[in-house]
Amino acid sequence: MPVTKGSSAKVVDAGSPHSVLGDAGIDDCDPAKLTQPIKEVKDKYQLLPAFLRVRGLVRQHIDSFNYFINHEMKKIIHAKGNERVTCDTDPNFYLKYLNIYVGKPSIEEEYIVTDISPQQCRLRDMTYSAPISVDVEYTRGKEIVMKRGKNGQGALFLGRMPLMLRSDRCVLKGKSEAELAKLGECPLDPGGYFVVKGTEKVILIQEQLSKNRIIIDTDSHGGIVASVTSSTHERKSKTNIVTKHGRLLLRHNAFTEDINILAVLRAMGVESDQEFVQLVGSEPAFGSLLAPTLQHCREESTGVFTQAQALEFLAARVKSSRPPGGFQRRGRSRVDEARDILSGVVLCHVPVPRYNFQAKVVYLAVMVRRMLCAMLDPGFVDDRDYYGNKRLELAGGLLALLFEDLFKKLNADLKHHTDATLSKANRATQYDIAKCLGTHTITAGLENAISSGNWTIKRFRMERKGVTQARVLSRLSFISAVGMMTRITSQFEKTRKVSGPRALQPSQWGMLCPADTPEGESCGLVKNLALMTHHDAVHIAADGGRVCRPLIICDAGVPRVTGAHLARLKAGEWSFNDFLTAGLVEYLDVNEENNALVALYECFCNPATTHLEIEPFTVLGVVAGLIPYPHHNQSPRNTYQCAMGKQAMGNIAFNQLQRIDTLMYLLQYPQRPLLTTKTIELVGFDRLGAGQNAIVAVMSYSGYDIEDAIVMNKASLDRGFGRCVVMRKYATTLKKYGNRTQDRITRPAEAAAPAGASTTTTTRPGGRFSVLDADGIAGAGRVLTQGECLVHKQSGYRAAPVMWKGFPGERCAVDRVMVTSNDDSACVVKVLVRHTRRPELGDKFSSRHGQKGVVGCIVPEADLPFSERGVVPDLIMNPHGFPSRMTVGKMIELLGSKAGAVSGRLHYGTAFGEGSGLADRVDALSAELVAAGFSYSGKDLLHSGITGEALEAYVFMGPVYYQKLKHMVMDKMHARARGPRVVLTRQPTEGRSRDGGLRLGEMERDCLIGYGASALLLERLMISSDQFEVHVCTHCGLLGYWDAAARRARCPGTGRADAMATMKLPYAAKLLFQEMQAMNIVPRLVLAEA
Amino acid sequence: MTDVEFMASDVPNIFDMARFKKGFSIDITRYEGNDMTFHMKGISCAVANSLRRIMLAETPTVAIEHVFILNNTSLISDEMLSHRLGLLPLNLHPRYLKYRLDGEPATELNTVILKMKLSCHYQPDGTLKNEKVYAEALKWLPHGSEIPDETGCKFVRPQVKFMPGVDPVNADILLAKLRLGQQIELEAHCVKGVGEEHAKWSPVATAWYRFMPEVVLLQPVKDELAKELAGELPGLITVDSDGSAVVNDPLEHDVLLEKVRAMSGEPKWQDVLQLRKVKDHFIFTIESTGAWRPHEIFEYAVKLMMAKCDKVLEGLQKYPPPSDLGAEEWMED
Repeated sequence: MPVTKGSSAKVVDAGSPHSVLGDAGIDDCDPAKLTQPIKEVKDKYQLLPAFLRVRGLVRQHIDSFNYFINHEMKKIIHAKGNERVTCDTDPNFYLKYLNIYVGKPSIEEEYIVTDISPQQCRLRDMTYSAPISVDVEYTRGKEIVMKRGKNGQGALFLGRMPLMLRSDRCVLKGKSEAELAKLGECPLDPGGYFVVKGTEKVILIQEQLSKNRIIIDTDSHGGIVASVTSSTHERKSKTNIVTKHGRLLLRHNAFTEDINILAVLRAMGVESDQEFVQLVGSEPAFGSLLAPTLQHCREESTGVFTQAQALEFLAARVKSSRPPGGFQRRGRSRVDEARDILSGVVLCHVPVPRYNFQAKVVYLAVMVRRMLCAMLDPGFVDDRDYYGNKRLELAGGLLALLFEDLFKKLNADLKHHTDATLSKANRATQYDIAKCLGTHTITAGLENAISSGNWTIKRFRMERKGVTQARVLSRLSFISAVGMMTRITSQFEKTRKVSGPRALQPSQWGMLCPADTPEGESCGLVKNLALMTHHDAVHIAADGGRVCRPLIICDAGVPRVTGAHLARLKAGEWSFNDFLTAGLVEYLDVNEENNALVALYECFCNPATTHLEIEPFTVLGVVAGLIPYPHHNQSPRNTYQCAMGKQAMGNIAFNQLQRIDTLMYLLQYPQRPLLTTKTIELVGFDRLGAGQNAIVAVMSYSGYDIEDAIVMNKASLDRGFGRCVVMRKYATTLKKYGNRTQDRITRPAEAAAPAGASTTTTTRPGGRFSVLDADGIAGAGRVLTQGECLVHKQSGYRAAPVMWKGFPGERCAVDRVMVTSNDDSACVVKVLVRHTRRPELGDKFSSRHGQKGVVGCIVPEADLPFSERGVVPDLIMNPHGFPSRMTVGKMIELLGSKAGAVSGRLHYGTAFGEGSGLADRVDALSAELVAAGFSYSGKDLLHSGITGEALEAYVFMGPVYYQKLKHMVMDKMHARARGPRVVLTRQPTEGRSRDGGLRLGEMERDCLIGYGASALLLERLMISSDQFEVHVCTHCGLLGYWDAAARRARCPGTGRADAMATMKLPYAAKLLFQEMQAMNIVPRLVLAEA
Repeated sequence: MTDVEFMASDVPNIFDMARFKKGFSIDITRYEGNDMTFHMKGISCAVANSLRRIMLAETPTVAIEHVFILNNTSLISDEMLSHRLGLLPLNLHPRYLKYRLDGEPATELNTVILKMKLSCHYQPDGTLKNEKVYAEALKWLPHGSEIPDETGCKFVRPQVKFMPGVDPVNADILLAKLRLGQQIELEAHCVKGVGEEHAKWSPVATAWYRFMPEVVLLQPVKDELAKELAGELPGLITVDSDGSAVVNDPLEHDVLLEKVRAMSGEPKWQDVLQLRKVKDHFIFTIESTGAWRPHEIFEYAVKLMMAKCDKVLEGLQKYPPPSDLGAEEWMED
C-alpha cells in the first residue's frame, strides 16, 4: 500500500482550509480505494479559465510593474546611497526622503489637473502617466522642515511615471465591460503596455542567464570554468574561476591578471591549506586535482602563505580604475583597496559584514567544489541553455534600474546645486532645497527610455541600446497584439551562428511555446510564453524572474483536485487562488520540475507521481493556440502559422473605429472559426475574429492554382468574402515658434471661391482642394482623387499642406477628422483615410496551418463545380499542397467544420485534446457527417460547372477558416518607364514610394556579360540610366567645361579650346572623376579616337 | 441510325428527336415560396447545365448600383453600406427597365430610384426609434431623383405610369444599426443587370441539379437477408408480404444513401446492393431571390437558350446545306 491512511488524511487536512467538502471528493483516505482505478477528474481544464481570470494573459507584465510601483520604488528611495542628499560645504545640511507615491493618471493643462484615460492619450499623442511625489525632511537654515502630503500624495512633485495599462494605478483596473466601453477601451485588450506620446509601447520580456548563480561551463580549450554574474542594486560584476595548467585561478575585471584561488582565499582569511581542502571537500579524488593549485600558491615568486602576504599580492594586481589626477581618498593603502575589492566587488552579491568573509569563503569553496566535480564527471557541467539557468527580466525590473539611475542623477544634481548655493557666503534668501527639485530629469528620462528603447544605466556603465527594446505594440490584428505581450527576446547576438541558444530545450516544456518563434535570423532567440506560464515577481524566498507553471499536486499518485473542488469552481465559489491557498495546485519552476514526476492524465498516475498536468494544450502559447489540431501537423507548419496569424486581418479591438492608428487593416465581415479551440475562447479570438469560414474544394482547377495559388469564386467576392478596409492616418501639428508666430490652417483661395466658378479640378502645386471644408481641413466622407490636399496648413506664409499619398486607382475616402491638442498644448489635426478593397489577383490568403497562397484566378460562379446539395466552393485549393506539407490538421479542420456546419454546433480541435474531450475525434466527426447524409470522408460528388458532367473523382470539400493576410497586390505593384532621378548621381530613384526604377543588379549584369550582350548592357547601364555628355581635352585628358561666352568647350587645365572632344559616359563616372580631383588625384581620359 | 454515338456520362448524347419526345418530361415536385424543385428526364447534361448557367449568370434582375450618400453618421462606412444595399433583392421584374449602357444618362427608362432617410431618436414612449435599419426603410421615388443635379438623373415622366412599385423582397434584412442621434440619408439608384457582372444581379440564390439516385438490388433478396437489409436501411428497404426486399423512393431517404454507398463496398453486400445515378434524370432546384418566380426564371432560361440557338442557326444560314439534302430535311434530322 503506497500511502497509509494517516498520512493521506493529514495532508488533506493540512492543505485544505475548506476541509468540510462533503463525502464525495476528499474522503479517499481508505487505502483500499487507492488501488482502484483513478477516476478521471472531469473538466480539470476548468482550472485554466480560472487561472486566466485571476492571472490574465499578460499578468507577468502587470505584476512586475505593480511590484515596482508599490514596493521597489520605496526600496529605492530608502536605499543606502539614495536616501539622503548632503552637502560638502555645510555638514549640517541634509535632505531625507521619507516616502514616495505614484498618483493616479492625470494631466496638468493650464494649471488645471484633470484625470486622463489611455484612449485619450492615444488620440491626443500624450503620455499616459501619473505624478510621482515624495515626502521629505530637510534643513532650511537652522530649522528642520518636515514636508508631508496627504491623501496618498507626497508633498513634493518629483516627475511623472508612465503607467502600464491595467496596472494598480491605471484607471482601467477592475473595471467592468460597460465601464471600459465608457472609457473607450476594449474589454479584450490585455493591457500590460504603455502609452507614450500617443504610441503604444511594450517593454518586451528579456531573457538572461541567471544572476547570482554558479554556472559550471567549459571554455574554448575544454577547461572547466565556474562563472557567477553578481547583481545587486549598486553593482554588477562577473566572477570566473578558470583552470589553467590544472590550476584554479580567479578571473575578475578588477584584477589585471588571473589569481590563484588559494591566494584569494588566503586574503579572505583561509590561511592553511588544510582549511581550504576541508572547505572544498576532502574526497580522495579531489586531492590530485587540487595539488597544482596548492603547489602554484607556494611557488609564486613572492610566496603567499599568510593573509597579509595574500593581500599584498592582490594589491599588486588591482586594476587601477581611477582616472589619473582624479579625486583620491587619502589614507587608504593599496592593501585596503584590495580588501575592499574582495569584499565589495568580487561576488558582490554575497554580503561581507564588517570584513567577515565567512560567507564568501564558503561560496568560493562551493564554486571550486562544483568545478572539481565537473572535472571528474562531465555530467556536472551545467547547460547554459537549460531554462532553469535563465531568468526573465520584465518591465518592472527594467524600470526599477532606470528609475534608480534617474533618481541618483536627480540627487546628484540637487547636491551639486546645493554645494554651489551654500558655498556662497551671503545669499539674498534662505536656501530652500524643496524649491529646487527639478522634475524634468525623471519625467523625460523615463519617457525617452520607453519611447526609444535605449536603456542607459550610468551606474553600471551600461548602454543597453536597442537591447531592451520597447517596441510599438503591433496592432495588425488582435492576436498580434496579444502575442507581443508574451514575447521574450534573448540577449544573444542575432548575427552569430550558434545553435545552442536557438534550440528548443526540453526544459522549456510547458513554459515556452514550442511553435511560436520567428523564422530567419532571430529564430529561436525570440520566444513566446506558453499559456499558463507564470512569472515569479516576488522577491522573497527565491530570486525573481523564474518561470513557473501551475500543476495539480498528487499524493502518492492521487490528484488532490477532485470533482467536488471543480464543482465549487464552476459554481463560482472558488477562484484559482483558492486552489493555491488550499494546497491543491502549486507553481513549479524549471528546477523544481526535475524533482517531480508529472503525469499527463490521471490514467498515467502511479504511486510515484507527484503532480498532474492541468491540461496538455497549455504547452502552446496564445498564438499557436489558434491552430486547430496542431498536434496532427508537421511542426514547422505550426511555426509558420504563428508568424502568419499575426498578419491576418480581422477585428483589432472593440474600439477599433475609435482608434486613429498610422495603419490599420480591418476585415469587413470577420467570422469566428467553425472549428475552435479552447485557447481561442480563452483569449477572446472568437469575439475578435481574423478570418472567414470559406468553403474549400481540394481539387485541381484550371492550372491557375499551381504553386499554392488559389482559385476564387467571383460571386463570393461579390458577396463580401475577403473584403477589407485599410485605414491610414495623416497627421500634422501646428507648431509655435519663438518669434511668436505659429502654423495655421487656412481656407485656400480656390475652395473659398463660389462653387460655380470652381477651378478646383486643375492640379496646382499646392494640390487639389476639392475635399477641403471651409476650415481648410478635409471633410469626413469626401472621396479623394489623386494629389488631394487633406489639411491646408501654412507655415509662416509658406504652404505646408498635408497631401494624400494615394496611388492612381485607389478610391479612398476621408473616414474621420480629429482636431485636438497634445501634451505641449499644440494643435494636432489627424485625418483618417479609408480604403475599401475587395480581393484581387495576387492577394495573399492562408489557412490556419501555415498554408499560404495567393489568388491565382477569379472564376465566375457558373464555371465552378457544384455539389449535389448546390454548394459551390468559395475557393479551390490544389491537393498538391498536402503531401509535402503534411498538414493533416487542416484536413481534420475541414471535416470538423463541415460536421459543425451540418450539426449547427461548434466543434473543437484543441491541441492534444482528444484525450480529455477538448478535441473531437475524426470518427465522431465522420459519424456526424454520415448522419447528415454526407460521405464519412468529407468528400462530395461534384458536377463540373462548365460541362455539367459529374466529376470522375469525389472531391474533399468543406469549410476551412481562411485568413486574409495584410500583403496585398495593391500596396506592392509597381512599374515605371521614365521617372524621377536622384539629384546627386542622376540615376533613377529607388523604391516604389519614389516611383523608382527597377534595378538591373549585379547578378543580372553578370548574365548579360556572360552572354556577351554588350549593346544591351550599354543600354541598360548607361543610356537608360545616367548618360551624360562631357567635353574632354584630347591633350591632357581632363574634363572640360562649356565656355558660354566663347560658345565652345574649354579645357580647365590648359585653357585651350582647340582640342576638345565630346563623349558620353555615366554621370556617376563624371562624379567619380570630380571627387577624385577634389582629393588631388587626377584621372585622365585617354581617347582612342577623336 | 446510331452508328457512332458519343457517350458522355454513359448517356448517349446524339440528339434524337423521337427519343427526346418520348423520353423527355418535366415534373415539378416541390414549389414552396421562392423555392422550386422539379425532375427533368431524358435530356443531356450539357443542356441541363446550360440552363443552370443561364439562370445563374444571364437572367437579369434589378439591383442597386449607385448610392448617393447625403449623410451617414452611423458606424458602418459608406462603402460597406452601399455594398449591403447592392445585395438586396428588389421586387421589380426586370422587363420594366432597359439596360443602362455605359455612358448612357440615367432616365426613368433605365433607372429606378429608392430613398432612405432616417435618424435614431427617442420616441414618446421612451424607446429608441430606428436603432436597427431594415431594408424596408428604402422608399421608391417614382418621380425621380430629389437631387437631380448631383446625381445627373432626370426623369421626363413619373414611373408610376408604366411600372408597379419597387420595394425590397425581404423587408427584414438588417442594413445597419444606429445609436442615438446618428443619421442615414441616401438615394439608391437601381439598374438592370445580369449575374455575370455581379452576383447581386443573379435572380437565384443558387440553382443546381443533381442526378437521380437509384438503389438497385442486384439479385432478389428474401427472408432473413431482406429483414437484415431492411434493418440496416430503415424505410429505404422494406420487406413486402412475400418476404422479399423492396426498394422505396431513394429521395425520401436521402441521408441513407451514403450508407448504401458504403455498404455496396462491403463484401457482404456488394453482390446485393448498388447505388447508381440515373444520368439523364436531373433533379433541379431553383432558389429564387424573389424578383422572379422560380418557374419564370427557368422559362426565361429556356427561351434565352432558344434565342441563342436561333442565333447560331442564323449564323449558319450563310453556308449552304449539303447538296443531296434539302434544307428542310437537314434541319429535321
